Amino acid sequence: MTTTPATLPRASAQESRTRRRQAARAALFLAPAVVAMTIFFFGPVLWTFYISFTNVALTGPTATHYQFTGLKNFSIMFSSRSFWQAVLVSLYYLAGSALIGQTVLGLLLALLMQRANAAVRAVVGGIVIAAWVIPEIVKAFTWFAFLSQGGTLDNILQWLGLPQPAWLFTQPLLSVIVANTWAGTAFSMMVYSAALSGVPGELVEAARIDGASLWQTLFRVVLPVIKNSIMTNTILITLQTLGDFTLVYAMTGGGPGTQTSVLPVYMYQQAFSFYQLGYGSALSMILLLIGIVASLFYIKLLRVEL
Amino acid sequence: MSMRTMASKGLVNLILILIGVLFVVPLLWVITAALSANASLAVQWPQPVSFGNFAQVLSAANVRAFANSLSLSFGTALFAVLFAMLAAYPLSRYQLRFRRPFMYTVLFVTGLPITAMMVPVYEVYNALNIVDSLFWTGAFLVASSLPFAIWMMKNFMDSVPVELEEAAWVDGASVFGSLVRVILPLMRPGLAAVGIFIFVGAWGNFFVPFILIQSSQLDPASVTIYQFFSEYGMVAYGQLAAYSILYTLPVVFLYVVASRWLGGAFNFGGAVKG
Repeated sequence: MTTTPATLPRASAQESRTRRRQAARAALFLAPAVVAMTIFFFGPVLWTFYISFTNVALTGPTATHYQFTGLKNFSIMFSSRSFWQAVLVSLYYLAGSALIGQTVLGLLLALLMQRANAAVRAVVGGIVIAAWVIPEIVKAFTWFAFLSQGGTLDNILQWLGLPQPAWLFTQPLLSVIVANTWAGTAFSMMVYSAALSGVPGELVEAARIDGASLWQTLFRVVLPVIKNSIMTNTILITLQTLGDFTLVYAMTGGGPGTQTSVLPVYMYQQAFSFYQLGYGSALSMILLLIGIVASLFYIKLLRVEL
Repeated sequence: MSMRTMASKGLVNLILILIGVLFVVPLLWVITAALSANASLAVQWPQPVSFGNFAQVLSAANVRAFANSLSLSFGTALFAVLFAMLAAYPLSRYQLRFRRPFMYTVLFVTGLPITAMMVPVYEVYNALNIVDSLFWTGAFLVASSLPFAIWMMKNFMDSVPVELEEAAWVDGASVFGSLVRVILPLMRPGLAAVGIFIFVGAWGNFFVPFILIQSSQLDPASVTIYQFFSEYGMVAYGQLAAYSILYTLPVVFLYVVASRWLGGAFNFGGAVKG
């Protein structure tokens, strides 16, 4: 950057002045955003790291006079059954609602819509997107009402002459998985629709002429072409689902018992219901670490030109 | 069209309609219950159709909650867009040595789960004695929206030709003047897309105000509606549904406006390429 030919002293002096002025202006323009993110965003991340090694509590003697306790929070965590239960519940929730539910249903919808009638596409697409757009808390009420005893699903089952289990009590995990599939499918549908529109029609036709079945065309031609979108979408919905608190918390409160306490709900309960901020922060760290790994994959996949 | 393709097309439409019905049935309850004077938890045709639930739900406290939501979301969107716009300018226009690492950091951070940060954020806010304030809650929402906003804004700004700016400089405009008078007007769809996206995100956010705000008169609608649900949700179904509709309408309205008017800029936010 500083190697300007010495034969042009005036130009180089002017250039370096411009550069310095640009740098100063850049600093000025970037300052509000950088300051805000440092104080309210990066600061707390570092703070998470710090207090996850302390015994700080929300109230009581250790609220203000907390000590550095090393890896104690983590050793408590890794030897706690409720932590592993939360990890397991989170994995079921992630696999069921995001990796299977939203991805498969989203891809199916995108594939069907390519071949559907324009009116059907518009109406069904609108409905699926509506389920995605409405605020998280309203999604939770909607599903709470739908699955409650005396709710719409019970009425439909009764009309069909089928048994009506109390879904939120007998199948709580399945309930939140179905609700989150419903709530998030639109995103995958839109990503896959965009990706599919970029698949050359001749490619699909050629495969069909060569005698490939629908399945073969899908798995050997279409999916490999949109592979990158599938990966990106998978990571994005994984990040979104791992951080999901509101839908589960408002539908079941993590219960009955701990049957639906996904990691964010477990973290919230430990920190704010049981007042263990230090332990809650250690849980935050785990969530953040998973997020960091997934985010790194995401950036690597995007292979953006900057 | 052969019989076979017609049959398969019919089947495709049929399956789609079926999925559509499955998706819409849970939503119907919100509408029928809101319009019914004696709503239950199931979908029932309201007899008679009444708007009483809406009238009852518009109590002074709930109107205040909507006002809180509005100022929180609008303030968040305004400051995030303003800060992101300023930050995007040097990132888009200058050859800065730290530009690549900066943009990579920004992209990386957009993926981190905000939920995971709320325990330490609470701890920091508590130490600084700024818990229970709409302003500081908004400050966190601004900071957490900034990575996404900067990323988007820089991409939008990249598409505005530098020549137009240079012409303004020749006419004696300052850098800031040309930013405001030349670049911003050309970026209007981008500004609106980012602004709406952040507004909708803040409006729908439940966890952040749930943690950072404690007095009920400061709660935004997302938290008030949840408290209504846990207190009266088991009896006043109609009111809960009516409240949900009032709370959802602005989001749906903004989404429809944005997707009609801004098209692709809004749907994917440019984040899902590849």
